[in-house]
Order: sequence, then structure tokens, then C-alpha cells
Amino acid sequence: MRLSRKSRSVLTDIWLVGPATCAMIVLIFIPVIIVALMSFTDYQFGARSFNWVGWQNYIVMLTDPTARHAVTNTLVYAAIVIPASIFLGLIVALGLHHLALKTPRFASGLRAAYFLPVAATLVAMAVVWQMLLHPSLGLLNQLLAAMGQQGPAWLSDRGLVLYTLAVIGIWQSVGYNMVLFLAGLAAIPSDLYDAAELDGAGSGWNRFWTVTWPMLGPTTLFVTVITATGAFRVFETVATLTKGGPAFASDVLVYAMYREGFVYFKAGYSSALTIVFFLLVLLVTALKFGILEKKVHYK
Amino acid sequence: MIEIDAVTRCFGENTVLDNVSLVAEEGSFLALLGPSGCGKSTLLRLIAGLDDPDAGCVRIKGRDISGLSAVERNVAMVFQSYALYPHLSVAENIGLPLAMRELSRIDRSPLGRVFPASRQRRSDTQARVKKVAASVGISDLLDRKPGALSGGQKQRVALARALVRDPSVFLLDEPLSNLDAKLRVQMRAEIVALNRATGRTFIHVTHDQVEAMSMADRVAVMLGGRVAQFGTPRELYETPSSRDVAAFVGTHPITFVSGPKSGGLHPIFHGVGVPSPSGPVVIGIRPEHLTPAPQGPITGRLHNIEYQGAEVLLDVICDTGITLRATATGDWQPPTPGSEIHLACAPVHMHVFDADSGARLEAGHKGAASCA
Repeated sequence: MRLSRKSRSVLTDIWLVGPATCAMIVLIFIPVIIVALMSFTDYQFGARSFNWVGWQNYIVMLTDPTARHAVTNTLVYAAIVIPASIFLGLIVALGLHHLALKTPRFASGLRAAYFLPVAATLVAMAVVWQMLLHPSLGLLNQLLAAMGQQGPAWLSDRGLVLYTLAVIGIWQSVGYNMVLFLAGLAAIPSDLYDAAELDGAGSGWNRFWTVTWPMLGPTTLFVTVITATGAFRVFETVATLTKGGPAFASDVLVYAMYREGFVYFKAGYSSALTIVFFLLVLLVTALKFGILEKKVHYK
Repeated sequence: MIEIDAVTRCFGENTVLDNVSLVAEEGSFLALLGPSGCGKSTLLRLIAGLDDPDAGCVRIKGRDISGLSAVERNVAMVFQSYALYPHLSVAENIGLPLAMRELSRIDRSPLGRVFPASRQRRSDTQARVKKVAASVGISDLLDRKPGALSGGQKQRVALARALVRDPSVFLLDEPLSNLDAKLRVQMRAEIVALNRATGRTFIHVTHDQVEAMSMADRVAVMLGGRVAQFGTPRELYETPSSRDVAAFVGTHPITFVSGPKSGGLHPIFHGVGVPSPSGPVVIGIRPEHLTPAPQGPITGRLHNIEYQGAEVLLDVICDTGITLRATATGDWQPPTPGSEIHLACAPVHMHVFDADSGARLEAGHKGAASCA
């Protein structure tokens, strides 16, 4: 039987879009709905029954100091890592972009070095950090001791641990942001820089604000969204280095989710945490599409 | 007046400009004509101050401008890509050179809306932007972003941005090559009119010989990093200095016929009346100068006819197997293809070039009488 041209084209569309759509529905949308429903129950892993508890899990989350800690820690961590790694990524990319004109080999070596943390397994890298930051044997404190300074316990000081983790988070994402910014810089037409020079905007500062920064708009937006979702998702370093401690001082949302769900088997409560996390990431994405997207594409 | 004095520019091993010297009189329209990669855009960038020569110097009004920045030279440039800032409106694009030169950083910042003196200066520049926009006919586009404009409109914005600060020299880098054919002809006339109206020197880079010939007072044909010939459009057409220039200039491609290696003209031209030179030569003859004539000295068989309305292009195969291209007026009644045909050409239109160097041999015409 010969199908009409139109129905053949519809079949092609379904064939192309279908598999990915099915995978998304089965692996993302359905689990999200199940998790959302579970967050209103007291279900525990392995239990034979559960009760509907309404907003109880969310109320606990707002009143329980441990859960509040996880949320505020995540926000503080994100507030440090997002701007710092974007700013540093941009600075490094600008530097390497100019360096590549003079000494291409040195620049590409540096680029590889900056990108290494992205390519390496973070858990393995976290172990290296653990050794570097060891209070007495670590290289960092040994160097400080050589200068006559008593180095702090980077990962076990309650006031310090979150910032130490934030620095590791920055170290890890600067390379990725740098590569994205480098691609953005390479795509800026050189005619625009020439025009800016003839128009009197040739000095470094004016050139940056007249050409580079506006033209990097789409890249910056993408980098921001990637960095923000990455910062909210911080897990590996916390799980490997501190397990949320000492005394929940480095507890973050995803780690709390894991602990409540897979250590204490409180699936209902863990689901409620998951939904809060999900909404945070959704907010970032919605901001991207709703507001910022219109401002950075000039068409 | 702009003088380019023995300028050389190399990129690594590659010599892009080799000892180039040119002069553009004040208020004149100079075209740099050449194929891509001939160094014409590099020369324009040297004049603009976007690049520095390895040797030689550029003088504007007698003053050596080697050390000066692009801004200090006060030149304006129109780019092939227009190079408009996509995030700024048309008014802001045109006003940017003024803002950068005449407004302080505070004037340009949002604070500039507050201080009365800053506001005065800002509204002055805005008034000038409006005036220039009106002069190129884009007053109604001032609030749009470049992304919402057509190619021709972008071209006008780029021209307005160049005009707004009254530069001493306008540099145009293939400004018309991204426009459709009809608009290109219109913009050609408008740019020439701007040259006359402003009284400034224009330097126009192009690979299109029609553009160069129709717009410029003087044309520099650049080939392989050298100025192959510098002269008026008429000089380029009537007395091309070399075989390469002759090949580059002219609407219909010129036909070349090599003479025998032992020297002298090819036998088919013996009856035209050009004295036979002693050395080996190449004859260049433009299709528009080779016309059918009953008593013409060149004979061949009509092979192909291309009717173009105003004229007819003919391919004629001569006895020795050489194909000549000739033209006839549109009302000429062609004989059937394959029949014998006679062609004539005035000796003054036979360009004789040295077979080895490609240089023009002038002596060939002396004393030759027209036989057409």
C-alpha cells in the first residue's frame, strides 16, 4: 500500500522525534510525577504501605534546622561559585585569546591545563584535594608553615569548609567556562573590532564594552545557566570530602537528598527535597528562556 | 591629498604589498582594483591605521601619519560586512563615533541623562545623527536594530556612521559587493554623489572592474601586491600597460592571440595594418573592437552566435584553428553558422604585448593607418 506524501512525512517526523521523546517521558517526566506524588507521603524504602501526609514533608523542611541548613548552604555555595567561575572563566579566556596571537603553543598548553579539571574524574580529583588540604600533612599547610603561618583545617573547620568546597567548585568549572568563552570570542567578527578602532573605541576598556561584551551575550547566558545548574547540583566533592560535615556545615541539597533517601530510607522526605531542588533549577532555566534570551540575541 | 610612498608589507614569507606608490588628489575618487588576494584590502588597512607597513610611509596632506592611531588620522571606513554593532540601534550606531570622540565617560553613562551640561552635549550629537540619517534617507529607521534591516539599509547606516564625524578620507572596502545588482547600480551613483558633495577624498577597494571604471577618477590596478597600472579609467581601457591589466579591464574578456615563436604577428593579422614587431608577441583584441565587415582583412567561419539585445557576440574560428570573439550591433543579420565571415579592426585597438614579459609594446602603432 502506498501512503500519501503527507502521511509519509508525518511518519518520518514521528520516527525522528519518537525515540528521544519516549526516553524523556519514561526517564524524566514520569519519575518527576512519581517523585512529586511521593513528596506528599511518608513512604519509606522497603515499606509495604504509606500514608498521605499532605504538606508535612515541606513543613519539616522549613522548620527543621538541618534541612534549612542544606538549602542555605546550597544558595551560599551557588552565590560564590556562579559569579566567580564566570568572571574567572571570562578573564582567563580573554587572556588566552590574546596570548594565542603571540605564542600559540604556550597558550594551547595553558588551555589544556585549565581544561584538565573538566576532563578528569571529580571523585579522583577530590582525593587529590583532600591530600593537598590535609591539616598537617597537606602541601598547602606545609607551605604556610614554611612561611611561619599556622594553616587552618580547611575541610573540618565549620566556618571554613563551605568556602573551601566553593573554591574547589570554582577550580572545576573555570576551565569549562573558559572553553565556552574562547569559542564565543573566536566567533566575533574582526571587522567589528576594526570598526570600533576607527570609531574611537579602540582602547582596551572601550573595545570590551563596545564589542566584546555585547557580542559575548549569548555565550555568557549559556555559561551562566550551565554554571548555575552545576552549582546547585554540587554533590561529588561533598560526598567524597566531608559527607556534609562537620555538623552539617557543608550539607547541601543534593547530598541531603541522597542521605535522607538512601541512607535513612526516608523516600517521602527525600522526594520533597528533590522537588525543591527541581524548582530551583527550573527557575534558572525559565529565567533564561523567559527574560534573558530576548536581551542577548539582537535579531 | 594622500600619498602612498613605496609601501611594503609582508606577512611572514608572503609579501602582500611590494613597493606600492600611489597618489590621490584632494577630493578625488581613487579605486583600487584587483582580484582577491592582490593586497588591495591590506593597503586600505594601512591607510586606515589598522595595520602598519614594514617599509615606506603614508602621508595625508603632506604629513607622515605612520605613528598615528586610526582615530588621530580621522579616516572613516565602510566595510564589506558593514560591521554594524548588532546590540545598538541605528541611531546609536551612527552616533558612536561622536560619543567616543566628543563625550566624556560620564556623558555616555546613564548619569549623562541627569547633568544639564551632559544632556546638552548628548542632544547636540543626537541632532547631528538625525541630520546625517536624513541625508542618506534612513530617518525612519533610527530606532531599529541592524538585525531588522535589509542589506541596502545596513549599507546606508554604515555610510551615515562614516559621514557623521566629517572625516578627511573615506575608505570603502568592497561596500557594494553584498548588494543585489539593481541596488548596486543605484548605490554606485549615490557614493559618487557623496564624493562630490563632501569634497573629501574617497578610496574605494573593489574587484569589480565595472565599479572601478564607472565610479573613480583614477584607478590603480593591483596584481600580485604591485600596482600594475595607475591611471584614468580611459587610460586603463585604451592603453593597458600589460597583458594582465588588459585581461582584467573591460566588460567582455579580451582575446589573446600569440604570434609565432620566431617573432612577428600571427598570420591572421597580417592584413590589418599593424607593423610586424621583430620579437615574439601576443596580440590582445577586445571583442567590441572586432566587427564584421564585408572587406575585412580577417577571415574565418562563424561558429556560434550569442544574441544579447543591444549587441550580438560572435565566435569566429579562423583558418589556423584560432577562435576570435567579435561583436556586432543588435540589428545585424547574422549569416548561418558555418559560413565564411570577414572581420575588421582598427589598428589602434590592437594591443601588442611582449610574449615573455607581457609588457605593452607601443611602437607597433606608429604610422599604421586604419584599414577598417
